[in-house]
Amino acid sequence: MTLQLTLTILLNGLTLAALYFIVASGFSLIFGLMRTVNMAHGSLYMVGAYVGYAVFEPLYDQDVWYAWYVGLVAGMAIAAVLGVAMQKTVLGWMQGQELRQALVTIGISIIVADQLLANFGATSRQFFAPDAIFGASFVPGVGRYPTFRLFQIGVAIAVGIGLWLLLNRTKVGLMIRAGVDDRDILSACGVNVPLVNIVVFALGAALAGLGGVIGATAQPLAQGVDGRFLLISLVVVIVGGMGSITGTAIGAILVGLAEQVGQALFPTYSVILTFVIMVVVLALRPQGIMGRAR
Amino acid sequence: MTIRVSRRRALQGAGALAVAAATLKAPAIAQNAPIRIGSVATLEGPFATGGQDAYRAMEMLFQAENMTIGGRRIEWIRESSNAQADVALARARKLIEQDNVDFIIGPLSGAEGIALKDYSATLNGKTIINGGSGAADTTLRNPSRNFFRFNTDGTQWMAGLGTYVRRTLNVSEVTIVAGDYAFPYAQVFGFSLEFCRLGGKANYLWAPLGTTDFASQIAQIPRSSGALVVVHGGTDGLAFMTQYAQAGGNLPLIGGSIMADATMMSARGPHRRLMVGMVSGGPVADVIDDPQWNDFVARYKRMPGAFPSPSIHAVNFATNTMAAILALKQVNGDLSGGQAAFQRALQGLKFKAPTGAEVSLDHNRHAISDVFLNRIEERNGQPTTVAFQRATQINQTLGVPEAQFLALGAPSRNNPGCVAAS
Repeated sequence: MTLQLTLTILLNGLTLAALYFIVASGFSLIFGLMRTVNMAHGSLYMVGAYVGYAVFEPLYDQDVWYAWYVGLVAGMAIAAVLGVAMQKTVLGWMQGQELRQALVTIGISIIVADQLLANFGATSRQFFAPDAIFGASFVPGVGRYPTFRLFQIGVAIAVGIGLWLLLNRTKVGLMIRAGVDDRDILSACGVNVPLVNIVVFALGAALAGLGGVIGATAQPLAQGVDGRFLLISLVVVIVGGMGSITGTAIGAILVGLAEQVGQALFPTYSVILTFVIMVVVLALRPQGIMGRAR
Repeated sequence: MTIRVSRRRALQGAGALAVAAATLKAPAIAQNAPIRIGSVATLEGPFATGGQDAYRAMEMLFQAENMTIGGRRIEWIRESSNAQADVALARARKLIEQDNVDFIIGPLSGAEGIALKDYSATLNGKTIINGGSGAADTTLRNPSRNFFRFNTDGTQWMAGLGTYVRRTLNVSEVTIVAGDYAFPYAQVFGFSLEFCRLGGKANYLWAPLGTTDFASQIAQIPRSSGALVVVHGGTDGLAFMTQYAQAGGNLPLIGGSIMADATMMSARGPHRRLMVGMVSGGPVADVIDDPQWNDFVARYKRMPGAFPSPSIHAVNFATNTMAAILALKQVNGDLSGGQAAFQRALQGLKFKAPTGAEVSLDHNRHAISDVFLNRIEERNGQPTTVAFQRATQINQTLGVPEAQFLALGAPSRNNPGCVAAS
């Protein structure tokens, strides 16, 4: 394998990891702070992508430059609204009952998937990236490389830094972190904990929607991607450690690299590599690489 | 764990349910009827569009019979799979064992077909008629007496394509990117057999069905390749072509049979630009100069949600459904006696497929029929496949004597059929 090919494959792994990070960070945020295992996270991804596309397509037909950006915002908004609705109507009153929440969210994901199939049909769709980030750019050591994949890395870094600042430098972040340690005391201090939960859920869901639109620009959007991205999110946060943003980033990089390196070296069995990583991490460090032992 | 539900909560919940009931879509409920026909197609997974279209074509044909054959009403039970063999098998078992259907039409994808062929061999007095699956070994090796296939297979669909690339395009080395399962094995085998026999050299890159990110495989395509043969389909094909376009790929493209299909070309995306000019082989094209085909397309277009032209899956399912209807008519809807008369009627059928191609079965109950070489042209702003060459009455071994063909071994990732002429 030449150096250039090796570098290309590594960069492919990193750009894929960026997409996985964007999606999984929302999942990790919701779990880490609320202990809600949201099995409908993939559905939020898919709803964001489909609704974003429904907004994007007519604008694209009119050839306006901002079509993709409007689609992106619409996808994030609808995912956030759906997330808040889920938290408010079903998950809120079973707070702390993890198994019940997991089962309910699985049920929601099945309903959402069938509704999307009924409304949008099974035809594959794909966003067209705006001209500014379509095409190829020159990357030293690699040569011409799809610009959109580089853009994915930029978005992922922005999401990571944004989340870190939010959690560590703002009052809301202070409340969220306090809630992780002791909800009852936080509530006794006069903080509206259910409202904090809703804010966190909206944020996590919006990240899934963001991932949905970015993902549907890099790869085709079709029925069934919800399950795929839920599985990836689960693997990423299990490897990285539940609730840790840094851990999610490490998990995403490991899974992304494993998938691309596997595809280059032994394509037929590349799927196994991801799970080998998970098995090894769980055997040596059950709480995940950056997870806190409890 | 206890949950206390207040009256207000209960009312809110009831209200939400009422809103949901009014706005959500619910499935229709089937009615009872005497001939029970089950079907398996992919309404999930990478070939979801193809599965939907297959059912569209079947519905059209059953409706044309007024849902009645030989005085018996047809009860059609539709099942869905996701292109995985185990799922197709489970759904077929459900149809036979729980729904008690008389016969099954399906499945759609290669490995599923092999699974259902094996299952059909264990049945007594039941028949499985293929839907659209095109793996060679479904009928070639170890065939089942209860399994009938009226569509040609993936190997047959490549008839003439290898010769076209080597001779007409004068390309001496190609790279073949293909899905890692039974159907692409058959297609790659058919292509390589001709191409390598004429002195061509082929490189192979396999990827599992359901791959969404092909970037690292695209990076591995050797620079010495004179053309790229893409044997992916459904969303895999779409993902590959999009990412190939994004990576700035510009090799001449040769397509497998499910690449140049309505499924791919009705999807919007950057892949379309690359696909104009692509040459492919297959049992169908959008434009075929044949009155039977034009009539079929006109009827198809009246179906709700129809594509501008029926997909390959719709045409294959239609061909097999036509066979089932013709045989049922011959026996006047009589499926008694372990379906012996029905199966005899199927074996003896000779009819014209929707494309106008004559179809008959060989001794393995597999189709002998015509295949087309197609080119994608831009017509009325739409990419359209146009048949420019027809190979008539191609059999399953591409004219090679059966014993000799079988001696080449089963098509697989390690046996892609590239044997140079000695």
